[in-house]
Amino acid sequence: MGSAARLYLAIARGSFRRYSTYRAATLAGVFTNTVFGFILAYTFLALWRARPGLGGYDTSQAVTYIWISQSLLVTVAVWGGGFQDDVQERFRTGDIAVDLYRPVDFLGWWLAADLGRAAFQLLARSVAPITAGVLAFHARLPHSALTWPVFLLSVLLAVLVSFGLRYLVSLSGFWLHDSDGVRAVMLVVAMFLSGMLLPLGLFPDGLRQAAQVLPWAALVQVPADIFLERSTGSQVLGGLGFQLAWAVVLLALGRAAQLLATRKVVVQGG
Amino acid sequence: MAEYLGERESGVERLRWAVRSWQLTAAMWTRAAMAYRASFALMLVANVLITSLDFVVVVLMFQHTDRLGGWTLPELGLLYGTSAFALGTADLLVGSVDSLGERIRAGTLDVMLIRPAPALSQVCAERFSLRRLGRPAQATAVLAWSVSAVRVDWTWDRVLLLAALLVSGTVIFSALFIGGATLQFWWGEAKELQNSFTYGGATLLHYPPTVFAKELVAGVTFGLPLAFVNWLPLLHILGKPDPLGLPAAFQFASPLAAAGSVLVAGVAWRAGLRAYRGAGN
Amino acid sequence: MALIELEDVARTFTIRAKVGRLRRERREVRAVDGLSFTVQAGECVGYIGPNGAGKSTTIKMLTGILVPSAGRLRVAGVDPARERTRLARRIGVVFGQRTTLWWDLPLRDSYELARRIYRIPDARYRANLDRCVELLELGPLLDTPVRQLSLGQRMRGDLAAALLHDPQVLYLDEPTIGLDVVSKVRVREFLREINTGAGTTVLLTTHDLTDIEQLCGRVMVIDHGRMVYDGGLDGLHATGQSERTLVVDLAGPSAPIEVPGARVVKVDGARQWLAFPAEDSAAPIVAAVAAGYPLLDLSVREPAIEDVIARMYAKVPIG
Repeated sequence: MGSAARLYLAIARGSFRRYSTYRAATLAGVFTNTVFGFILAYTFLALWRARPGLGGYDTSQAVTYIWISQSLLVTVAVWGGGFQDDVQERFRTGDIAVDLYRPVDFLGWWLAADLGRAAFQLLARSVAPITAGVLAFHARLPHSALTWPVFLLSVLLAVLVSFGLRYLVSLSGFWLHDSDGVRAVMLVVAMFLSGMLLPLGLFPDGLRQAAQVLPWAALVQVPADIFLERSTGSQVLGGLGFQLAWAVVLLALGRAAQLLATRKVVVQGG
Repeated sequence: MAEYLGERESGVERLRWAVRSWQLTAAMWTRAAMAYRASFALMLVANVLITSLDFVVVVLMFQHTDRLGGWTLPELGLLYGTSAFALGTADLLVGSVDSLGERIRAGTLDVMLIRPAPALSQVCAERFSLRRLGRPAQATAVLAWSVSAVRVDWTWDRVLLLAALLVSGTVIFSALFIGGATLQFWWGEAKELQNSFTYGGATLLHYPPTVFAKELVAGVTFGLPLAFVNWLPLLHILGKPDPLGLPAAFQFASPLAAAGSVLVAGVAWRAGLRAYRGAGN
Repeated sequence: MALIELEDVARTFTIRAKVGRLRRERREVRAVDGLSFTVQAGECVGYIGPNGAGKSTTIKMLTGILVPSAGRLRVAGVDPARERTRLARRIGVVFGQRTTLWWDLPLRDSYELARRIYRIPDARYRANLDRCVELLELGPLLDTPVRQLSLGQRMRGDLAAALLHDPQVLYLDEPTIGLDVVSKVRVREFLREINTGAGTTVLLTTHDLTDIEQLCGRVMVIDHGRMVYDGGLDGLHATGQSERTLVVDLAGPSAPIEVPGARVVKVDGARQWLAFPAEDSAAPIVAAVAAGYPLLDLSVREPAIEDVIARMYAKVPIG
């Protein structure tokens, strides 16, 4: 048991290090997140100037929402990507069939790698946008010190949910000739339903209630609300529970899909 | 036969040859994509949807207010439609240039450079795909709706200005794509950086200039010429005051700004090619 | 008539190397350092040197891909960096490790594109394509997507693509790398036909000395960006005193083999390595070993370019 944990830790650390070598790409990404943060923060300012207190956010919370979502965009991989690109490459080369038979669990391997990636990107890609938000827009940092660890836990759960979703999309490659299309549709859904573009509370009735129970809300909306201290006490627990539940369900589905895929590979002989 | 022997060609002939090379390369990619026809429809639909999201957000905002920065929804529709049309068309025509760094690493640029066709034409047409029609198509739909919904007397000068801004805007975004990609000659992983200018710029132009700080508006007027894509000409079409109080001539200067951007992007590209260090090694 | 002329050509690269944890240092590396040579029309020249010697950089300057930092350079009457597209119509290039063909499309489509991009007159195109198809036996492959071709088939396809527009010069960068023996032979035969039959000037970089032995009357050796040898192949062997190696597997470990004309350079259990001059025949040595020792298996290894060059340094101090 101990050696397995060490192995996954090594995978995660290797992945962290690998992403940390793309220095220019990281800098360029941080710059882009910050530019988008500036543009979108101004549009939110205009909207909240017209409708103060909209959706239960005061103006400072609304602006901060933008900076939080820009900071999380890459970490929770709303766009997709991360391990997905590697898996896709292995589909192309045909190595994927071999991967299923490795002594290391397929899901565990990629999950560890994705957590390593997310850890790097949380460090590298959220500090600068948040700082820019605080300096230029007086973005609101948590008032209670306790919020920080709870927020980090929520981000971790968000990464797990995001991984579960992306893992299913990647495995669809076993049944579909080309999972690019699925990935593209997932991107649309994720951008919209995660609250990345607009807090879910501003959605029209019906759509709002639906979006709030779907797994994508766990990616941006829930951690952002915790950071903004909009949810307190039992609401925080509710948010974390919501994320945890989806993480468990999606990882279980991913495990089941993996079993089916393995059986399919056996039948086809690789 | 004279062409075959490679005689010196005039500027017009060289431009025509550059366009022709682009067409030939794009046609090859279109044919190559036929091998994966099944996913084409799905990707086109996904493309229309993903590029529509920005406007859906605007519409959702207007569920809660009837003015943003003093502009109405049809007016924002004009901003969105023109900006997305210009960006989308530029992306369709030259957007692939943003993968220059990958082309360099894979050695494909070397292969392009040994062909008797401009490398820029070939890089821009690389992986050409009609699925990128998604953005200009939905932008045109939004534009058509806004033109009919907005309260504007469509006199001939306004129509002409609108047509001119669509062309100039496309040229300006194309120059931004190319100029931004040129950075990758020196900074190979900088692909995401230029998203700030192109996609970021287009997002900026979806909203009225009154929403933003004056410094930012000035920056995209006198620095990156984004304001010439749609803000300045639309101020004239909609009869709105310029938040910077610039002379009215600026509202008609988009074609000039476009010409200037092309010039700068062209010089940058040439400098990049001269500094090119080759693949691998 | 001189087709390729280089005068004091240099190309430097700036490299940013990591020094310590955060600091980076800029360093100038001269990949090609004052190179001068001339190639006449119709020659076939082997251009060799160890990895990183500057071979590829030279070829890339000769094709206009890279701009030289200094010196004068003319190919087929054109300054490559200044008039790259004009030059492109007069040269053919084959990169052994990189294809110019269209991956997802049938071979034929790549040639069709070449016809248009190079603006090859129809009659000329048909004649050249027919000739290449015949010599390279491409007929059955024309409608196959390139990604389904074997490495050898693809190389033949690439060779044809580089020759459809009747280039005056053909550059080949490792044309036989990774090919099986049959493909290598076929590629060499074709190149000989192109060079001696059609009179195309050929400049060839390779790691395989056999390519050069069979094709080139002249060899240029480059190292650290400088020319260290320019002349016939015999001269190279003489200067470098290159040796071939006979690898012998005996029935069991034994004392070092003693046969005339060869000496043991290495013993590892039942396997022994014997070196002998490259110009000597292996047959008498093999016969002598077989007569005196329990021989199971053997193979002959050609001298590696690196070894030849390394020995050149040992023999001739370069001033």
